[in-house]
Amino acid sequence: MALAKLKSDATQARLAGLTLPEGLDVARKDALSRVSAMGLPHKRDEYWKYTDPISLTQADPIAAAVFHSDDSPLFAGVDSVKIVFVDGVFDADASDDLSCAGVEIDRLVDVAAADIHWATDLYGTSEARGQVPVARPLAALNTAFATDGVVIRATGKAAKPISLVYLHADEASDVMLHCVVRVEAGAEVTLLETGPAAARFNSVLEVDVAEGGAFHHVRAQGRDHERRAVTHCFARIASNGLFKSFTLTANGTMTRNECILELLGDDVVAHVAGACVGDGDDFHHDDTIFITHDGLRGESRQVFKKVLRNGAVGVFQGKILVKAGAQKTDGYQISQSLLLDGDSQFLAKPELEIYADDVICSHGSTSGAIDEDALFYMQSRGVGRKAATDLLTLAFLAEALEEIDNPALADDLRDRLDSWLARRS
Amino acid sequence: MLEIKGLEVKLQEEDKQILKGVNLSIGAGEVHAIMGPNGSGKSTTSYVLSGKDGYEVTAGSVTLDGVDVLEMEPEERAAAGLFLAFQYPVEIPGVGNMTFLRTAVNAQRKARGEDEMSAGEFLKVVREKAKALKIDAEMLKRPVNVGFSGGEKKRNEILQMAMLEPKMCILDETDSGLDVDAMKLVAEGVNALRSEGRSFLVITHYQRLLDHIKPDVVHIMANGRIVKSGGPELALEVENNGYADILAEVA
Ligand SMILES: Nc1ncnc2c1ncn2[C@@H]1O[C@H](COP(=O)(O)OP(=O)(O)O)[C@@H](O)[C@H]1O
Ligand SMILES: [Mg+2]
Repeated sequence: MALAKLKSDATQARLAGLTLPEGLDVARKDALSRVSAMGLPHKRDEYWKYTDPISLTQADPIAAAVFHSDDSPLFAGVDSVKIVFVDGVFDADASDDLSCAGVEIDRLVDVAAADIHWATDLYGTSEARGQVPVARPLAALNTAFATDGVVIRATGKAAKPISLVYLHADEASDVMLHCVVRVEAGAEVTLLETGPAAARFNSVLEVDVAEGGAFHHVRAQGRDHERRAVTHCFARIASNGLFKSFTLTANGTMTRNECILELLGDDVVAHVAGACVGDGDDFHHDDTIFITHDGLRGESRQVFKKVLRNGAVGVFQGKILVKAGAQKTDGYQISQSLLLDGDSQFLAKPELEIYADDVICSHGSTSGAIDEDALFYMQSRGVGRKAATDLLTLAFLAEALEEIDNPALADDLRDRLDSWLARRS
Repeated sequence: MLEIKGLEVKLQEEDKQILKGVNLSIGAGEVHAIMGPNGSGKSTTSYVLSGKDGYEVTAGSVTLDGVDVLEMEPEERAAAGLFLAFQYPVEIPGVGNMTFLRTAVNAQRKARGEDEMSAGEFLKVVREKAKALKIDAEMLKRPVNVGFSGGEKKRNEILQMAMLEPKMCILDETDSGLDVDAMKLVAEGVNALRSEGRSFLVITHYQRLLDHIKPDVVHIMANGRIVKSGGPELALEVENNGYADILAEVA
């Protein structure tokens, strides 16, 4: 069958089961028409060449067993404004009061009734812009159908990080959440996201950083082995703005994390990083990044590290686009995998497209095994093979974790990785 | 302490015999030196003793205080008291020198059923020993051997040795690439460790190091065998006349 027909049938089947939630009508209808026009992705789409989107696009989600752990939750020691969603449903009892100095926090479902103009204006805007030059239909689907989320406006230096906790309790949950963040000029906020959220999770995060604003994002995507997720982060950053995002992925059957950044002003710094550890042939993890430099002296950095074993698959698609006039751009991209056995696979597609002549852009991608010489050296000092392998594995991931500015958050994630490795023989 | 008997070793991947019957007996507290031309099998001997992959022992035995080490994993040999200062110390990006040292010290203690060293105690001991080797705090923080000069790497090996307090220390060309001052530091580090219960096997090309670390016995290795053994004067003979005479004499 022709691809267009396949896609339109699949899209209609998916849309048939969905109804547009109330509020934000204009943005939702626009997004719905975008989805219908683009059609949901198909594995024959170039952008989905390495990741079959079927489980993300099919009408019903594949069930995912709920993961139980006795470990204390991540970032438990960090004083934050905690906002809890269970299978996408806001849990008021488990959540903190939404007030915090330096920042206004509301739920997405309240935007229309409370007449929160800035959020209404921004909702779906960056997502719509991010559809060019590459279609991201699952993000438009989210804008149309997201049932809740939070909207955050930082007006000063937020007193605490905002921590979104996504719990998963129902094996068959299918959830779409959408968050919008506006960092006003000179303001600063940190957003934490933890947990699987659902059996199938579709999340969109739109971030707008005004001049001199700073946005920090640290995320850990739930340990449920069977969970599936597609996430999009769209960010627009104005002059002197700072954007930093880090994602830890341990487990999960299918994860596609897209990050689309536009460095619009001059002297912007934008870093996006990720560490992922996957064990088993039902682990598939895809980082897809698109960074557009459209200002002077912009610095962008992509650091992605994947540890794969027992047939796990890692994908990296990363593009740096430097527009004409974006002189003195400094773009760096590294994607690396550590393959702990011969069965695992890493597929990388780094891309540079440069229309300015005075820029520095570098990219590198490597795939390798544990360094046997280093291993022997460590063993010869008395460190057991397993402990030495774990140390080398953590060392491999270190460059990505160094992208997290807050040491307490980084330490928590390091501990998490440490125990993930320690549980394996 | 260390008994090597009729040790024959070939490469695992290739049909290439490298050690052709090495015999060596080192008593407790003794210092032995091995000299010999490039490619004679000195490093191979040190690797086989410490358990590196890629070599196949086809005959012979190695015991440390009567215990067969060839059956042990490298980390077990280390815990049993064997230490190799590498000819080419390995760089380990991302693993801090200090973290590595503490992990190693505590792994060995644990393997021997001893208590781990507390962080405070460890720090105190490391600082003291590092100071003697002129290793500064900055070097301790850096990833293991990454960006270290040749001399810094060798001093770092001696620091590891000082921290791990092995009973059988093998030094593979620890003097190569060192200037006179660095060599003195290294030699002092080694001499500080000399004791009745600790033995050394010093592999070197040059008499120089042996001026500082006085050996009890000197062996000449050639073509996978120890072809001659003698006192310290043997090293001087090599220094003055090269290997040609000795090799001709034993041929
Ligand atoms: N892994 C290896 N692969 C190939 N040849 C090797 C290997 N290890 C040692 N050899 C060979 O074995 C011989 C002895 O090497 P080595 O022990 O390094 O000598 P030395 O340290 O005395 O200079 C040399 O001919 C060397 O090329
Ligand atoms: Mg050698």
